[in-house]
Amino acid sequence: MKKLAVCLAALLPFAAAAHAKETLTVYTYESFTADWGPGPKIKTAFEKTCDCEVNWVALGDGVAMLNRLKLEGIDTKADVVLGLDTNITDEARALDIFGKHGIDVTRAKVPGGWTDQEFLPYDYGHFAVVYNSETLKNPPKSLDELVNGDPSQKIILEDPRTSTPGLGFMLWMKTVYGDKAADAWKKLKPRILTTAPGWSEAYALFTKGEAPMVFSYVTSPAYHIVEEKTDKYKAANFSEGHYLQIEVAGLIEGSKEHALAQKFLDFILTPDFQNEIPTTNWMMPAGATTVALPEAFNTLVKPAKTLLYTPAEVNKNRKTWIDEWMKAVNE
Amino acid sequence: MNNPITKAIAPGIILGAILLGLVPLISFAIERGGFLNAGIDPAIVHVLWFTLKQAFLSTSISVVLGIFVSRALSRRQFLGRELLLSLLAVPLAMPAIVVVLAITAIYGAQGLLGGGFNLYGLNGILLAHVFFNFPLATRLIVEALNTIPQENFRLAEQLNFSGRAIFHNLEWPVLRNTLPRICGLIFLLCAASFVIVLTLGGPSATTLEVAIYQSLRQDFDVARALNLSLVQILLCLALIFAAGKMALHNSALSSFKTTTIRRDGQSAAAKAFDLLALTIALLLIGPPLIALIVSGITYLNFNLQACVTSIAIALPAALLSVSLAWALARHDNFATHVAALATLIVPPAVLATGWFLALRRFDESLLVVIISIIALNTLMALPFSVSVLAPAFAQITQMHGRLCAQLNISGWNKLRRIDLPMMRRPLAQALLMSFVLSLGDLTAVTLLGTQGLVTMPSLIHQQMGHYRGNDAGGTALLLAAFCFALTLIAQRLGKSND
Repeated sequence: MKKLAVCLAALLPFAAAAHAKETLTVYTYESFTADWGPGPKIKTAFEKTCDCEVNWVALGDGVAMLNRLKLEGIDTKADVVLGLDTNITDEARALDIFGKHGIDVTRAKVPGGWTDQEFLPYDYGHFAVVYNSETLKNPPKSLDELVNGDPSQKIILEDPRTSTPGLGFMLWMKTVYGDKAADAWKKLKPRILTTAPGWSEAYALFTKGEAPMVFSYVTSPAYHIVEEKTDKYKAANFSEGHYLQIEVAGLIEGSKEHALAQKFLDFILTPDFQNEIPTTNWMMPAGATTVALPEAFNTLVKPAKTLLYTPAEVNKNRKTWIDEWMKAVNE
Repeated sequence: MNNPITKAIAPGIILGAILLGLVPLISFAIERGGFLNAGIDPAIVHVLWFTLKQAFLSTSISVVLGIFVSRALSRRQFLGRELLLSLLAVPLAMPAIVVVLAITAIYGAQGLLGGGFNLYGLNGILLAHVFFNFPLATRLIVEALNTIPQENFRLAEQLNFSGRAIFHNLEWPVLRNTLPRICGLIFLLCAASFVIVLTLGGPSATTLEVAIYQSLRQDFDVARALNLSLVQILLCLALIFAAGKMALHNSALSSFKTTTIRRDGQSAAAKAFDLLALTIALLLIGPPLIALIVSGITYLNFNLQACVTSIAIALPAALLSVSLAWALARHDNFATHVAALATLIVPPAVLATGWFLALRRFDESLLVVIISIIALNTLMALPFSVSVLAPAFAQITQMHGRLCAQLNISGWNKLRRIDLPMMRRPLAQALLMSFVLSLGDLTAVTLLGTQGLVTMPSLIHQQMGHYRGNDAGGTALLLAAFCFALTLIAQRLGKSND
């Protein structure tokens, strides 16, 4: 109670200004709110539907957001959290601060369907090995061909400890090789040019021509077709299937703006939100759109099979699997 | 100004900042069960070994090269000397990934040299670290050599000293005194290097800093992060202690004027040697900087908000950092050494997390976020500004210490009449270095920034994260050009004041 009084006293000077409009505080990641990201347009669109203001709090990425929530716990300033993915939702759920979204889950269109009552997907993307078709004439047709292929044709990976795609690739190896994943990593090692700390670094090295392959998303070639008018970058279609990343949002149960937060989550699956996703976040929309996808998206690889661990499986095994990866590549 | 209380102010502020980070984290770890029992696994030994090896090699190459290049720059006047000195300030402001890409443009698979160079592994790490640190070493050593009294060179000239004798009698005593500090700084910078080691390290490189970052970020294992930090802190303290033991206080002749013009090193051999050193320097930093220009020039994009934000953070950080450095450099001892290196000893990620816990009651306001970013930048620039100011202070004390004591000049009078006039040049240098460093900072803004706070380096990072590598190249060029121009202007101003 004392704490509350102190907080209230501290907030008094702002109260007059804040009272005019309700403010919805949304934690998200940096690239979502960048000028060319979906953030600015989505803010405007949502503010039209309510007498309110959207306040983005941009953190580094999904993992940085989760850590912020772990530090803040129940006192978090967030009303909505947007940008976690299914690899970390189990940990987020364990914090016991998220409430039920109350949205009809059948509105969410993601591979494999959606049942989670606490987190709602807003976009998804299959991971893929992206290659330069001018320098690599015979791209691998499966993960196994990648692992056992010509070591002079290198790939740039991301570190599973510091990057979401990096973790995605490690999980992909695990779904395909299971107990033999460590051996597969040892076979793959000569093909790895380097393991970058994040996707940005890896992709920058790739576009500079340092290696013919990089670990990225199925949707990456669409960017180059739409924005740079080149189709030399392609995603390789792997016969074992592709690992999936689903990005989700959730609402904070104890939020003072609970009703507004729920309204925002409902908005997430409407066309006003979903139309922005493909060409600003370069991911696939998880709900109905009213604007047709750009032509480039029709040329993209359509994975025959989707691979995905449940959030609980990832949470339970991640540490062991990362240790296994580290041991395998360090030998 | 010499009583123990004023002496303790600067280290006290820094210690306070560190404790403000560590205490909340420790209590957070204890609340969630166990701190010291988290243990350290044997994999860390392998990590430590690689960290120390690459840092040792990077430091040795950077400093040896720095000695020769700074000597050539100190004893020769030539067309473009100032330009070269200003160019040497640019790497300080460059985000690591920008430098990595510039290096691949030369030595990479599609690079200018045809791709024959294997960049991934120890080679690439060393190349990038030397690119960053040999210019730093050079600039710091040039500053140190500048403190040699002008009369000494005149005397040496009259006595017909050989180049070797000049090095031995005039330069070496100064170097002997400052090199341990410079080596220590560069070693710690390389040991804490993160993006370069991972990006260029090949399939499996890793360092202690990555392990700490991983335990804080991925596993959110605060106890493990604290334990690893403890390993780092102990290692650093041992290193600083050893470096301090190596530094000797020289007893050069006193003078009222520090070096402005040198006329030694006129033999053909000395000229050839200096030419070689300068050529190597130019070949090392020139091509990647040209690559930076080529890749950025057609994508220049000026983002006013990012520029203003960067300056609004860097300027107060530089001023604060130099003020603290001033106080630390005046009292050169083990405690002040350690205080100056605070953020290289305690990882910024650990500090930032602790600060967040301590200050989160106020984090509603943008002001608190900005203040903490400025504070972290202040601490991170501290080792650089102390490295510039300490040798100059040592020189003043030697020259005027006894006289001041006899005439009972102290406090404000000493500051105004002795310290400030004598320190103008090193002060400007320290200010410039801290400013440029904070301008290029990505660590503090990433760890603490929210609310759409965009600086130039974080803009580069954002652009790269959105397939906009070309625009990132343009922004990086702008940042580099700004720092270059600023250094050039500062140098001109410094000169007109001499």
